[in-house]
Amino acid sequence: MNFDSGAELLNLCREHQIPVSEVMKQRELQHGAVSEEVFEQKMTEIMEIMSNSAHRPLSDVRKSIGGLIGGEASGLKDYSEKHQELCGKVLSLAMVYAMAVLECNASMGLIVAAPTAGSSGVVPGVLLAMKEALGLGTEEFRKGLLNASAIGYLAMRNASVAGAEAGCQAEVGVASAMAASAAVELMGGSPEMCLQAASLSLSNLLGLVCDPVGGFVENPCQSRNVIGVANALTCAQLALSGITHINSFDDMLAVMLKVGGSLPSELRETALGGNAIGKTACERCKGRK
Amino acid sequence: MKFISFFDVIGPNMIGPSSSHTAGAVAIGNMAAKLFKNTIKKVTFTLYGSFAQTYYGHGTDRALLGGVMGFLPSDERIVNAFEEAEKREIQFEYLIDHKTKTGHPNTADIYMEAEDGTSQTIRGESLGGGKIRITNIDGIDVDFTGEYSTLVIRHEDRPGIVAHISAELANNNVNIAFMKVFRKKMRVEAYTVVESDEKITGEVMEHLYKNSGIDKVLLIQI
Repeated sequence: MNFDSGAELLNLCREHQIPVSEVMKQRELQHGAVSEEVFEQKMTEIMEIMSNSAHRPLSDVRKSIGGLIGGEASGLKDYSEKHQELCGKVLSLAMVYAMAVLECNASMGLIVAAPTAGSSGVVPGVLLAMKEALGLGTEEFRKGLLNASAIGYLAMRNASVAGAEAGCQAEVGVASAMAASAAVELMGGSPEMCLQAASLSLSNLLGLVCDPVGGFVENPCQSRNVIGVANALTCAQLALSGITHINSFDDMLAVMLKVGGSLPSELRETALGGNAIGKTACERCKGRK
Repeated sequence: MKFISFFDVIGPNMIGPSSSHTAGAVAIGNMAAKLFKNTIKKVTFTLYGSFAQTYYGHGTDRALLGGVMGFLPSDERIVNAFEEAEKREIQFEYLIDHKTKTGHPNTADIYMEAEDGTSQTIRGESLGGGKIRITNIDGIDVDFTGEYSTLVIRHEDRPGIVAHISAELANNNVNIAFMKVFRKKMRVEAYTVVESDEKITGEVMEHLYKNSGIDKVLLIQI
């Protein structure tokens, strides 16, 4: 079982009457390099690392090596535990976990790139928040990761997940599409709805630039991961209600890649544009190596 | 197109902050140590391009050092690589070269020296997503990624050597995925790099040495 496009993925889901996660699992077991047993072990390890990287910075605050972030996630957690009226439980938690993973990453902690290190907070942010706030089990978490990986795989294959090539829309944008699709499947939505959520996510973050201050994976990357989770959850909700996007998922990947190519190099991970050249940011960076 | 696995999307498991500047740097260090094989007593890293500019905020220095000590990109000891190297009595230094232009912005040279004075220098490039390639060994341009089982063979530049290599591989049922020959000096010295999907056994290496024109065989097993 294999697929090279979103359209082929949906055909497989229809033909075999299985969700996106199951197609991805069978593809991996048929064509991947590892046995089912090893696959499950590695999956368990990934879930543990994701959980640790989202929780460790909440109790053990470390400054990032670039010196621009550290401690934001625990502060956000304290605030949102007292005040959930604005964002609600799932989103509030997802924000905290997304921020935390980026803090872990920036302080040389262990993370799982999903699909990249700079966007590594989005998928675990959404899945861990759903697990905790909605009482989902480990099995659902696995399904969520498998579903998300199908979207990420197509983005890697047919577009790009590199900020240097296509901007942040290819990193946080794709991570957001992955998380949105996973959230739809976990909420009982159809495979078509999963891809609609992914398309909406990509569309909403289209053109997002990669402008790391000082060249570090810290700021604005950390809060960009928060727009990634917020966008994922809202697009999942849109898709679950039956709202569709004007372009198919395959077309959205092509659109995203084309927009990425149109971005000037200053806005593609070179730290020569966007937030990286704002006056205040430059002053903060002065004196750092 | 190479199969993109679940683990290529949800992965690698890595020490942050950057797959190219941290995980890739660890991988280059790993490959250097595998190629050198001796116990490293002294190591000098030269950082070029974007590595030279932004190594500090990406922990590229610690990542390279952790890599030559054999730590994997997911090893949490990388953050303490300086202390670990001191414990192992490995001398290390960094040269930051802002001037030399290299083929790829994320490039590092690693000079390694053993107790007995033998040394080796390799050049590696970090290509993104934790992927790397080795582009030079002791002044000779090569090109391999370490994603396959790889033989790096130093030999005389004369007729029949490449035929000997391919015949021995065929006899041992090793299917060649990629094979490249790089020459340092006409009729004197060349390198052949063979990449294969299969495991290459030590026995194959012994057979390769049967030809007197073959000077050194290095094996990097996946």
